[in-house]
Amino acid sequence: MTTRDVTDTDVLLEASGVSLAFGSVQALRDVSLTLRSGEITALVGDNGAGKSTLVRCICGIHRPDEGSFVFDGRPVAFASPQEARDAGIETVHQNLALVEDLTVWQNLFLNREIARGFGPLALLDRRAMKARAAEMVAELAVNVPAVTARVRRLSGGQRQAVAICRAAGFSSTLVIMDEPTAALGVQETGRVEALISRLRADGHAVLLISHNFDQVLRLADQVWVMRAGRCVAGRRVAQTTGAEIVALITGAQAA
Amino acid sequence: MSESVTAPATSTRAAVLGGWLRDGGFWADWAAAVGLVVLVVVFQAANPTFLSSGNVRSMLVASAILVVLSVGQTFVVLTGGIDLSVASAMTFGAVLFGFGISHGWGIGWGGVLAVLGGALVGVVNGMLVGNGRITDFVVTLGSLSAASGLALVIADGKPVTVVSVPLLKLSTGGIGIIGWSVLVAAVIAVLAHLVLFRTRWGTHVFAAGGSPEAATATGISVPAIKIAVYTVCGVLAGLAAILLVARVGAAEPAANTSFLLNSVAAVVLGGVSLVGGRGSVLGPVLGALLLTALANGLTLLGVSPFYQPVAVGTVVVLAALLTRFRR
Repeated sequence: MTTRDVTDTDVLLEASGVSLAFGSVQALRDVSLTLRSGEITALVGDNGAGKSTLVRCICGIHRPDEGSFVFDGRPVAFASPQEARDAGIETVHQNLALVEDLTVWQNLFLNREIARGFGPLALLDRRAMKARAAEMVAELAVNVPAVTARVRRLSGGQRQAVAICRAAGFSSTLVIMDEPTAALGVQETGRVEALISRLRADGHAVLLISHNFDQVLRLADQVWVMRAGRCVAGRRVAQTTGAEIVALITGAQAA
Repeated sequence: MSESVTAPATSTRAAVLGGWLRDGGFWADWAAAVGLVVLVVVFQAANPTFLSSGNVRSMLVASAILVVLSVGQTFVVLTGGIDLSVASAMTFGAVLFGFGISHGWGIGWGGVLAVLGGALVGVVNGMLVGNGRITDFVVTLGSLSAASGLALVIADGKPVTVVSVPLLKLSTGGIGIIGWSVLVAAVIAVLAHLVLFRTRWGTHVFAAGGSPEAATATGISVPAIKIAVYTVCGVLAGLAAILLVARVGAAEPAANTSFLLNSVAAVVLGGVSLVGGRGSVLGPVLGALLLTALANGLTLLGVSPFYQPVAVGTVVVLAALLTRFRR
């Protein structure tokens, strides 16, 4: 169905024949695609093409009606986001999922807090978490003020950086980002793009949903195009152009 | 691309203090402490017996029950909810306590019954709010009515006089100016602070209140947190019931409406955000002390008790006004 020129052993995630309907609305139709480790894979398509739904299937929010996923060589069927997280798939949602009234380090360690002691008597090891949070932020050269600052006081780009930092930490292998620069200014977009490239350099695979074709051509290694619930084409970024991607999205060019 | 943002370490201490004083958020967070100091100064100037050891002692004892209820209310408000049934749960617990004692269960098992009764109200509240997805306000308004009704049914509308030496000691004995009931309240407040700020679960309470979506996305079960905080509030209402029966010397199926209003007032005065996600334990404790000092001081000055609710209402609305200036 799709031009699959990715046939090597580096495949990290493979979706085969994924379909999902919400009532009478067929959100995904027989979607098959692959993601390679150590690469940035872009997912593009018009609004309502099914990008977010596919991502929500991958990260355990939805379960597909048909089809299967193979992650890291093992067939997987995540029943919850927590299971996907445990398997090493982290998602940076569009709303970032940060708690504004908590500090940067508390958000980085949310539901992964380091505690010492047993069961309900375990007390938080705040010093260790702050130190580790400062390391995580420094490793990714994130432009965040002190890790003890409340998220409420951060700019949009800084918040994005914190969310990406959280996804990249804790030995995740795949980081999914849903339009990470949609709400950012030019300068902050540049910083976040540098951060995404850095994730790849550090060995993470990245699945990037984006509406910005320049960004896709700048950052991604592979791009998959979705239209009306189908994955209609896949291209190596080095061998395609912005015009071709636009044509594939609108349907002006058949795959 | 790294751009280190300088921390406010460069500014002097005085400038920092000045910044706080001009910042409305500071006043909202510390409204209870500032208000308490102002009240103490004013009442002491007007009547020197206000700070006599005897009066301080009786004020602390009088505040113990409200402190316990306010700490419970704090857990619920931190998740963005409100427990209107907290005083009714206490009444329910008090009546069960009296029921247990009059049926020969003794203080110990009677106390366990009171706490279990409070916990039951809390669990039901939590399940309806968390799993039933009904608004906190409506659920606890319903259980306010149901719990006080059940209290009347169990007590058959009549108070049970409880004569017990240990309970008398609990309400009148103590170390110096610190009564036993005050010590109980203080221990509960310290434990609550530890749980909220030093445990994983405490962090999750703040997360569930600050952003339920973010909490859910990181795998925290918001309904489970809701059930837990209402249960904590119910258990504390049960403990408050024991203190109440010890203080009154009887288990009455009375409405105790002022305890409900004052527990919410103490939480607001204590700088806990009513939308959830932000607050402390010390704040509501100071708020409860302030409300008790206010009532005590007005009584000492010979002001008619009819004016007390007016004063409480004014103070609370002023405190709520301050929270508008919070960042």
